Amino acid sequence: MTRVLMAKVGLDGHDRGVKVVARALRDAGFEVVYTGLHRTPEEVAVAAVQEDVDVIGVSILSGAHMALVPPLLDELRANDAADIKVLVGGVIPEADRAKLRELGAAAVFDQDATTDAIVEWIRGNAGRGGR
Amino acid sequence: MATTRKPEAGLPAQAGPDHIAGAQAEWEARDVREAAERAPERSPQFETLSGLPVKRLYGPADTAGLEYLDALGFPGRYPYTRGPYPTMYRSRPWTMRQIAGYGTGRDTNARLKYLIAQGQTGISVDFDMPTLMGYDSDDPRARGEVGREGVAVDTIEDLADILDGIDIGAISVSMTINPTAWVLFSMYVALAERRGVPPGSLSGTVQADILKEYIAQKEWIYPIPAGMRIVRDLIVHSVAHLARYNPINISGYHIREAGATAVQEAAFTLANGIAYVEEVRRTGLEVDAFAPRLAFYFIAERDFFEEIAKFRAARRVWAKIMRDRFGARRPESMRLRFHCQTAGSSLTAREPINNIARTSLQALSAVLGGAQSLHANGMDEALAIPSELAMKVALRTQQIILDETRVASTIDPLGGGYFVEALTDRVEAEIWAYLRRIDDLGGAVAAAEQNFFQTEIADTAYRYHQQKERGELTVVGVNKYVDPSGGDVPIALHEIDPGVEAEQGARLARVKRERDAREVARRLAALAETARGDGNLIPPTIEAVRAHATLGEIVQALRDVFGTYVERPVF
Repeated sequence: MTRVLMAKVGLDGHDRGVKVVARALRDAGFEVVYTGLHRTPEEVAVAAVQEDVDVIGVSILSGAHMALVPPLLDELRANDAADIKVLVGGVIPEADRAKLRELGAAAVFDQDATTDAIVEWIRGNAGRGGR
Repeated sequence: MATTRKPEAGLPAQAGPDHIAGAQAEWEARDVREAAERAPERSPQFETLSGLPVKRLYGPADTAGLEYLDALGFPGRYPYTRGPYPTMYRSRPWTMRQIAGYGTGRDTNARLKYLIAQGQTGISVDFDMPTLMGYDSDDPRARGEVGREGVAVDTIEDLADILDGIDIGAISVSMTINPTAWVLFSMYVALAERRGVPPGSLSGTVQADILKEYIAQKEWIYPIPAGMRIVRDLIVHSVAHLARYNPINISGYHIREAGATAVQEAAFTLANGIAYVEEVRRTGLEVDAFAPRLAFYFIAERDFFEEIAKFRAARRVWAKIMRDRFGARRPESMRLRFHCQTAGSSLTAREPINNIARTSLQALSAVLGGAQSLHANGMDEALAIPSELAMKVALRTQQIILDETRVASTIDPLGGGYFVEALTDRVEAEIWAYLRRIDDLGGAVAAAEQNFFQTEIADTAYRYHQQKERGELTVVGVNKYVDPSGGDVPIALHEIDPGVEAEQGARLARVKRERDAREVARRLAALAETARGDGNLIPPTIEAVRAHATLGEIVQALRDVFGTYVERPVF
């Protein structure tokens, strides 16, 4: 079964979106783990490896995504876990979306994105056998 | 509320309740049925955003149970349903308080002065995440966040910059800050003293509502009992020394933004208010000594009439709580005053100019609901912190409501309306039902520790999400009337200055170099000593900020005593 780690990094406390997505993914049949708030990129990378996830969904609404997502991607590479797909969600300006994808984020979803779209993306790009 | 008149001799009983009911039945059987056959109603049932049923038509029967003097009364009189003051906006319009905060103190000062020049009547400051969470700008955890979502404050000198050239003895200053509110409050008091402004003349507020942090906004540092103690000390110190200051804004805004309904927002906020009153009363202070200084903060969301009903019901419930539960005797203890902000999460990233229309209607509901101060959101707030232009349009929106529409000419203009009164009554009943449940759980603190609020909010947030995804909850331009061309009018967004982090870091380093390090250490030790006992934390904090202890150092001193809060998240 596809395993997903939902994560909040930095000091941003907006957790409505991350929890809604976590629940929608659980309802869609994925195994979902949520880190809780205020994690560092390093903590998220370690948790992702320990939980053996296929996907990390990282939520940032504070605008600090350019400071927080690259270290997360670096940490995953350093842990031999670059195959874990990193999805970024939140308030991400258009210009930064392209930059994040260039740096290695698999996809970026804005706050108007539907959870159906996220579910479809994971099924199409990161599913494990059996689903 | 009875609008019926006794039939006079010689005239038919035209307006009797039975006569009206009979006429209505006949109207429904004929006119309504025929019209609905030609054009069926858009939905088998209509409801408010909270899910309360909304009938086709409201009439005298819906308000027949309301006793005018008991349920509505007069503005400035119990139960304050129609407003907290006798003359309301006819004497004193609501305070137009557009929030500002980004970059360094100097950046924010420039924005504040711009807004004052445009006619703003109050000041409101937003702080960056490190300041909100108790980290200095040079802390590794502050990386990428310094001056981004608000202004960075490390020492009293930053607050001095923010308020440079602004007469704090004359204009009220609101600071949106919670777990570190007591530090900013102490800086504010120390700054006033430096400028020769007596504390008794200071007006304004700090948000300082820690309970809603644990349940909704999620900015916390210490465990709940320590958080409550800090709020208690703040209120006790403020009422003793700052007679005009509001040491807390008990806030529903963030509860609602986290996903709650209007009913949950009002109920959970009032439950938190009860918890603060109980906490302060345990010091031996009489309720009438501090309750007049408690202020509230609600959202104005998209369901126009439900919001107005919510504001009116909240005033009525609080008045009853204060009189009947706490035995308050002063009218000022019973009248609920509130700041209001339009709903950030109702704004869309797509077609952002539409947000001006959303915000205008939400702001209008706040005014019709009797708000004491108001922030209208910028059109661009789903994308970034607001630009100067977005804030100007938002301020102009408020000015148009006040000076062009004439809605503020009479008090509570919707009072007595069949629908608004019936809805106010229904919202009130729903609030009481929640308050009873929260009491059964042991009060707001116990309910928060049991994740009651958090679970309720998460469930509602998910329900709204599903409704939005199925198209049952319309978001214009996003899930309905989507522009087939995909085109969008670009708007210029606020640009983050990448140099702020380094500039603020250098500034902090300079203050640390120039201060008396031994004096700082002494003051921090004294603060920690007070924290280990049960003394009031404010006086030693004022001493510490005067000696240029940083916000991060002060927060850490108490972290060593109190520990940190650990959430058990639910989704």
